[in-house]
Amino acid sequence: MSRLIVASIGPASSVQDGGRHGAQRYGLTVSGAMDRLALAAANTLVGNEPFAAAVEVGPFGATFTAKDGAVRVAIAGAPRNADIAGKPVAMDTSITLKDGETLTLGFARGGAFTYLAIEGAIKGELVFGSLAVNARAGLGSPYPRPLQAGDEFTVDAASGAPELRIELPKPVSGPIRVVLGPQDDEFDDANKALFLDSDWKISATSDRMGYRLEGPAIKHLHGHNIVSDGTVNGSIQVPGNGAPIALMMDRGTSGGYPKIATVITADVGRLAQTSAGTSFRFKAVTMAEAQDEARKFQQMIRTLPDRLRSSDTVELNIDALSDANVAGYAVSAMDAGTWQVTAEP
Amino acid sequence: MAATLPPPRLLPSGDSAVTVEFSRTIDDAANERVLALDKALAAAPIDGISETIPTYRSLLVHYDPGKIGFDALGEKLLAIAGQPLPASTKARRWRIPVAYGGEHGIDLEDVAKALNTTPDDIVARHAGGDYRVAMIGFTPGWSYLSGLDKSLHMSRRQSPRLFTPAGTISIGGIQAGIQCLAAPSGWHLLGRTPVRTYQLHRNPTFLTEPGDRVTFFPIDHKTFEEQDRAAEAGEIIAERVDA
Repeated sequence: MSRLIVASIGPASSVQDGGRHGAQRYGLTVSGAMDRLALAAANTLVGNEPFAAAVEVGPFGATFTAKDGAVRVAIAGAPRNADIAGKPVAMDTSITLKDGETLTLGFARGGAFTYLAIEGAIKGELVFGSLAVNARAGLGSPYPRPLQAGDEFTVDAASGAPELRIELPKPVSGPIRVVLGPQDDEFDDANKALFLDSDWKISATSDRMGYRLEGPAIKHLHGHNIVSDGTVNGSIQVPGNGAPIALMMDRGTSGGYPKIATVITADVGRLAQTSAGTSFRFKAVTMAEAQDEARKFQQMIRTLPDRLRSSDTVELNIDALSDANVAGYAVSAMDAGTWQVTAEP
Repeated sequence: MAATLPPPRLLPSGDSAVTVEFSRTIDDAANERVLALDKALAAAPIDGISETIPTYRSLLVHYDPGKIGFDALGEKLLAIAGQPLPASTKARRWRIPVAYGGEHGIDLEDVAKALNTTPDDIVARHAGGDYRVAMIGFTPGWSYLSGLDKSLHMSRRQSPRLFTPAGTISIGGIQAGIQCLAAPSGWHLLGRTPVRTYQLHRNPTFLTEPGDRVTFFPIDHKTFEEQDRAAEAGEIIAERVDA
């Protein structure tokens, strides 16, 4: 066995997997990765099941050091600079850390969550089938709390398998798609239109429980108190102040505010990876379209292994380059060793 | 032929869940239908349903749209919900000890003042109630109870507290509650119970189920301390009386 030491890590980083299902009826929420596709991509790169437990790294940087042997890992999700002793590591690739080597991850350059999957997956004690951290309920393994510097994982020694990259489809752009309801009848047409036709930003006070949305105040028809009913990942509830909250993986299992709409399964991860302060819109789609997208999303996760390629063939991290340019930055890509990022005038 | 019950409303909760709503208000009859549908689905599962969450007035049904679509599932759910309710089955009843007032129930005196009576009278009315677990939600083991004496109905606090302790016994609006874990709350805190409705390494992990009956009885603060230690060690403490 090898060990992977968390040498340093920022807040909002924890062990997550596909989530804890089956006990929502007792008030135990699902938790699990904020961006399931990115989790699945990272796991697929190192040969794990798509929703195996991995490290969900929040917006800030982190460093991981291999001890007592080599450790094979992969990174996917929010793009960020990564290197081992100054040698860059591309997003969406696997890499083997030799004994004593340290992988350094920078700040997320867009989005929030990057997944560090470990070959053989993180091991721990399953509760309701999951290792996912749910700090309020004291659940999660090996640590029932966000990660801290000095934490470590006992992991499989690296297999020596050839390193891989994964060719993910071009990210979907455009509005976050929703299905109206379950309580859209608590809002008149003007306020539903206001919700769908306005620009929204995610507040900096958002977390794994919920993303607070900044924009116009949405008014209720009959007040903001409904009798509590069940919530899902992506429920958009409107509390008394009219500022919607999109409920995320650590949500309460029930809530007493009207829910105007629900983010479609295929777009929950996209919403999770929308940076605070970035403007975006919602778009209502039909149930038929949403379910079609949900099935395509499942199919994509099932077929991720077909997207694996040998990593010898990449010299430049084209994805990171284009991400950086989209964000309004020019990057010196010819010298991948330096990753000089400069703001365009 | 039995009278046909009015059909529930099927409210889409995204592409992978549907809310089967029997009422818009808190209503014991609607809650019974919720629990009956929940039981029927547990007894004869529909392929594709992954999880059901009963609440006061609706059943949230999680399903896999890769296995069953909204329309097909909705049709099946309406058919089951339209069947007459089964004869009421025996409910489990829990007798739950509560240390009222003082440090354990910091709102007891204020509630008594607001209702122009004494703390002892509030305790008598609260402990004298016959409650039903209508739903469990928000945080693990948080049991929402119907059956609060009308004279104890009062609106929630203007500003919720960011911290209320584990085991809090409280009232809010027309509801009573048993809170298991420390959490924010806008309800009025009457006391604390040593009983854990959720405890990870105990069998059962979750004590209460929707549909269970609940009564409370007062204990002194010394007994609370003793029972709290026993509960921490895994004892259930609550007395089970099967009606």
